Amino acid sequence: MGFSQRLFRKHEFYLVLTIAILSVIIGLINNAFFTVGNLFSLIRSCIVTGIFALGVHMVIVSGDIDVSFMAIATFSMYVTGRFLINNPQYADNLFLAFAMSAVIGMCLGALNAWFISTFKLPTFVVTLGTQNVYRGFLLAFIGTRLITTLPKCMLDLSRSNLVSVRQGRILYSLPNTIWFLVVLTIITWLIMRYTKLGRGIYAIGGDPVAAERVGFNIARIRLFMYTYVGFLAGIAGIIHASMIRIGNPFDLVGQELNVIAAVILGGTKITGGEGSVLGTLLGVFLLTMITNSLILMGISSYWQRVAIGLILIASIAVTTYRERRGVTKAYA
Amino acid sequence: MSQPLISLSKINKAFAGVRALQDVSLEIYPKEVRCLAGENGSGKSTLIKIIAGVYARDSGSIVINGKTYERLTPMDSIREGIQIIYQDFSLFPNLTVAENIAMNYQLAKEGPLVNWREIRELAQRAVKLIDLDIDIYEKVGNLSVAEKQLVAIARALLYDAKLIIMDEPTTSLTNREVQTLFGIINDLRAKGISILFVSHKLNEVFQISDTITILRNGRKVFDGAVAELDRESLEYYMTGRHIDKSDIYVKKIEGEKPLLTVENLSAEGRFKNISFSLYPGEILGIAGLLGSGRNELAHALFGLRPADSGTIRIGEEQVVMDSVQTAMRHGIAFVPEDRLTQGLLLEQTIANNINICTIDQLTDSRGWIDEERAAEQVEQWIGQLKIQVASPENPAKSLSGGNQQRIVIAKWLATKPKVLILSGPTVGVDVGSKEAIHKILRDLARSGMGIILISDDIPEITANCSRILLMRSGEIVAEYQAGQLSEDELSDILLAS
Repeated sequence: MGFSQRLFRKHEFYLVLTIAILSVIIGLINNAFFTVGNLFSLIRSCIVTGIFALGVHMVIVSGDIDVSFMAIATFSMYVTGRFLINNPQYADNLFLAFAMSAVIGMCLGALNAWFISTFKLPTFVVTLGTQNVYRGFLLAFIGTRLITTLPKCMLDLSRSNLVSVRQGRILYSLPNTIWFLVVLTIITWLIMRYTKLGRGIYAIGGDPVAAERVGFNIARIRLFMYTYVGFLAGIAGIIHASMIRIGNPFDLVGQELNVIAAVILGGTKITGGEGSVLGTLLGVFLLTMITNSLILMGISSYWQRVAIGLILIASIAVTTYRERRGVTKAYA
Repeated sequence: MSQPLISLSKINKAFAGVRALQDVSLEIYPKEVRCLAGENGSGKSTLIKIIAGVYARDSGSIVINGKTYERLTPMDSIREGIQIIYQDFSLFPNLTVAENIAMNYQLAKEGPLVNWREIRELAQRAVKLIDLDIDIYEKVGNLSVAEKQLVAIARALLYDAKLIIMDEPTTSLTNREVQTLFGIINDLRAKGISILFVSHKLNEVFQISDTITILRNGRKVFDGAVAELDRESLEYYMTGRHIDKSDIYVKKIEGEKPLLTVENLSAEGRFKNISFSLYPGEILGIAGLLGSGRNELAHALFGLRPADSGTIRIGEEQVVMDSVQTAMRHGIAFVPEDRLTQGLLLEQTIANNINICTIDQLTDSRGWIDEERAAEQVEQWIGQLKIQVASPENPAKSLSGGNQQRIVIAKWLATKPKVLILSGPTVGVDVGSKEAIHKILRDLARSGMGIILISDDIPEITANCSRILLMRSGEIVAEYQAGQLSEDELSDILLAS
């Protein structure tokens, strides 16, 4: 098979194509689209969703689903935030903030894995349950008050920018938190592509029985996977809070589907076994671009949800259609 | 004689008090092709899993390559060169051929990483071992069943296999593919590899194996050279009874009107100019290799994938067979080739599976299911087809292959069809159940139903069909009457094409 044929079979190719075509259309309607400022704000909106999506991608490739990651992120972020405020001697320590939030996230993720493996329960049910447990526990026992003044280290993070561009009177900047997305993407890609663990995740998504026979320890892979999702959620929680400059315990939960939609749009098969990190990021970018542009075009944000839903259905329809054609070809 | 490669003696194994294996002994020598035969539930799978280290035995001894194992783990078994090719091949459809082949190797390696260059090299070496011409970057999901099996064999060889256990390897293969597989098995034997071949297809047992072990109800009932057996004694050992081989099914057509008439039916790339009639009381066999268009024709008759041109008449009425609903309305029923994915709802109860095609007839005016009539219907068919069930409320997957197939037949018979089309109705079904299913078909035909039987199983066709149509490259090329062809003649004709 030639290079071009392989390219045409790649989902990523169609994503890039869609992004390019849509950019042109949106740019024609509103020329504010092709500005550095808009590009920066687009990328800015991608950071947190992107980090979440990396974990969700991994879980969906394995054939599972996780809907508790937002609750984990909020929980880890809020507990960490309160701790730093109550212990001002640490308020400067950004590393501690991330480490603490990540570790809390990892524990909650591991708890998900424990429930799933021990009781052999469907992952959707377990994570739907723990989502409510984590959220309820946070609100009932830890607090419902907003953290309006974040610890100093998180405020500093929110002001730290890689590049800034002035357009008229507004300053657009690309935040340094983009590095988190970059580094975590590379780590996730390396795990998925070059480790036994990552290939095991694909194998389980393809055929769990066969994976077990070959000698993959499914419970251990799950434990890693959900712990990793918790880790990502912990980090994303801190970044999210510092970017909006508020620690809100009611935040994020309910927006899981946006991330899942982006991952699926990125070509990860909902039934597992297929998907790529690159596709996931392109999916996040495409979805963010569409929702941001609707705002740019002055369309009500309620329509965003309609748009997300339609895009999701269209994306799955296209993937399924291409797959079916592939199958008929294999027969001939 | 040299030392046996593996020697099991007096193996016992029970599950929850049910004795699956009783004092079973088995020895396999290097370069031996041994067949493990037995009906479903005879303990074959349990024995294989004990050899693989998946199940621990309750008592008995295992010696492999001269080493006695107190506790055999799957890893030990693999290290001793025992490779199992399961019926479903245990391949990952979402991964490439290369990664599938090298998967075990990569996993057994030290360290957390995989090496893509090594994967490529291993795969290239493996496909060369059996002269397999295949793109190693193709996704396994896109391969044919036969190709998947070859990939599974290539994978086993890569592991320096000394004993390859094949669990019913020919179930989904066409005759020609079976011959290719046998060629490979002979090559493997020449390379010093032993094969344990699990099968209940009698002609294959005779063709390929040197020795045979037969299990019945968890006990070994025969162990010796295949040459000592003939078809009849083999069947006797497997079933424990002499199977009534009543004569070939014959049906003379005397002035009856056809139930189904097909004229010049064509479909681009699937079949062309198909014309035939089906009379009441007939069992019309359609023989042909996979790809001859026989299944495609069945799909068109049942409205699954309609034909492009030509006419179908049910009795006198011309029918545009555009959907399954149309076919069902006109009294056509279809038992598909793969009961697991197409014929049964495995997780659902036996009762629900039997009633599913007649759910409309079982509902009252309010749209509620009449539980009493539903239960009656279930009872009737379980009795009539002698389906062995502990309770109709158990899931369909709890049954053996033969009983599952009877459920598929039962649910269609409940629709009171005039024409019953079956594709491979006894694939993966043991000898006893197979005879029973054949008897059911004959009884149905005698009661006036028209039956179309599509099968790879040559004796099944020659013994049960009152007329045989031979398909090749989408066309009907010959027609034979019952008794006109022997099994061997039909086999030769099929392989020649």
